[in-house]
Amino acid sequence: MSGYILSRLISALIVIFGVVFIVFMLIHMVPGDPVEVMLGESASSVDREMLRQTLGLDKPLTEQFYQYLYKLSQFDLGTSLHSKQPVSELLAERISPTVELTLAALLVAFFMAFPLGILAALKKDRWQDTTAMTFSLLGISIPNFLMGPLLILLFSIMLGWFPVSGRDGLISLVLPALTLGTALAAILSRMIRASLLEVLNEDYIRTARAKGLGTVRVIGLHALKNAMLPVVTLIGLQIGALLAGAVITEMVFSWPGLGQLTIESIQKRDYPVVQACILLISTTYVIINTLTDIVYGALDPRIRLSQ
Amino acid sequence: MIKCISGYNMRFYFSISVLSVWLLMVILVPVMDLHPNSIVLEKILKTADQNSIFGYDDLGRPLFDRLMAGAYTSFTVAFGVVLVSLLVGTSIGVISAYAGGRWDHLMVRIIDIFMAFPGILLAIALSGLMGPGITNVIIALSVVGWVGFARLSRAQVMSIKQSEHVLSARSLGASHSRIIIYHILPLTIAPLLIELTFGIASVVIAEAGLSFLGLGIQAPEASWGSMIRDGSQYLLMAPHMVLVPGIALMMVVLAVNMLGDSIRDMLDVKRQC
Repeated sequence: MSGYILSRLISALIVIFGVVFIVFMLIHMVPGDPVEVMLGESASSVDREMLRQTLGLDKPLTEQFYQYLYKLSQFDLGTSLHSKQPVSELLAERISPTVELTLAALLVAFFMAFPLGILAALKKDRWQDTTAMTFSLLGISIPNFLMGPLLILLFSIMLGWFPVSGRDGLISLVLPALTLGTALAAILSRMIRASLLEVLNEDYIRTARAKGLGTVRVIGLHALKNAMLPVVTLIGLQIGALLAGAVITEMVFSWPGLGQLTIESIQKRDYPVVQACILLISTTYVIINTLTDIVYGALDPRIRLSQ
Repeated sequence: MIKCISGYNMRFYFSISVLSVWLLMVILVPVMDLHPNSIVLEKILKTADQNSIFGYDDLGRPLFDRLMAGAYTSFTVAFGVVLVSLLVGTSIGVISAYAGGRWDHLMVRIIDIFMAFPGILLAIALSGLMGPGITNVIIALSVVGWVGFARLSRAQVMSIKQSEHVLSARSLGASHSRIIIYHILPLTIAPLLIELTFGIASVVIAEAGLSFLGLGIQAPEASWGSMIRDGSQYLLMAPHMVLVPGIALMMVVLAVNMLGDSIRDMLDVKRQC
């Protein structure tokens, strides 16, 4: 097991190094002169030279990369071009709203997906199954920048139950979490249905039923436990989609998280902040995926032994 | 079995009809006399009349014309991105798996690194840096999109290249390019076709998402995403501004997803009804 964990950690480190390289290169991928793009054509040559030096763009590319790596190792993410604040301070105040939103969305997804998936599997090919799966297909097909305004229209404007936007107490979390969680709930419920159906045909389920256990015990104790493996992987993989979805959801609801900071900094062309946001979100994703792999290996010895 | 076929047909016909309407809209855009950017001040936020069956937006532009233009945008971006991603991704995946060795190792790492960026995050950053415009959107989404095709085709080729028909072709002296083109590629088409269908759905959403954030299509060009963004400011007064492009977007994505599902089921011989 420790060998397996070590190999997962090493490959995660390689991937994170690659992510850092791509995030570093982002600023160099801008066609033309990035300084001109940032300051606009009307900027004076003194201003341009200043910015070039601030960003270190006057040095050779390899030296810039080494410097970037060195600063990262000191947790120095640079200074915002716009507010002149250290980027790490800007990020720090945005992390908890995003974590809050993502966790709430995950919770929403669980509460919707498990009943739907289990119901659909138990009533396969009946109307309950069809309804649940139609809902799930709809959930996949409605992007969150459409789901958000629709929920606002129904629950905030017409019914007046929840605030339209902003972050003010638990009640303001409901609509953003619903918006972000529905798509995951849709995918998850399909996965739960499929993997439950596979398990329900197994011999040990028949044995459990034959010894007189009720449906609740058969599903809860015997079937779900074994059907969880693919579901766990899916959740790990989908957390990335959740983080990316949070970017758009935060914009819809003016939620003051990392996503909103990312988009605002892109609009202001505040490159150090954009780089830091992308880096933080992607690294979090890599770490979560690695943890998923490790948990998966712990749950299923076949996975870690095949490596 | 009969139930199974009728179930297929329902979904299949639904998706084919929606997609035909989408295609028809795209074909009709250059032919019809549309004015998606014409502003009529008296018509601001008005509902339907004989000139525009879907009403008008916050600048008094006809929503029907903008919906048509938006269909054109999403279609162009979707097919542009999927085509580029398919060509680049499949070439990289096939060659990497066929060649094997160190190059394949390196390619797997690069694919892993690109997979580490969640969803459209990289595309958001890229199109934000490159500025709005249809070409930039296609580039940004292709940078993200090729990875899926590369990974899938690599996995396919890894198993196909060990099969006996490939070994016998090689022993008969067939060149590498001949083996790849005639003996390997045809067998990878089915899974790639499924990936391609789901790819279209995610690109349509991604383009609309970028335009929603103001990073996609340059205003005043119409995109369903930017129409939804404009409309979400006027939800109370003019809900049709969100509903019209929203329903169109949802129908197209739903249809493409259903088509992907049906193709997968049709190609899956093991599936029981």
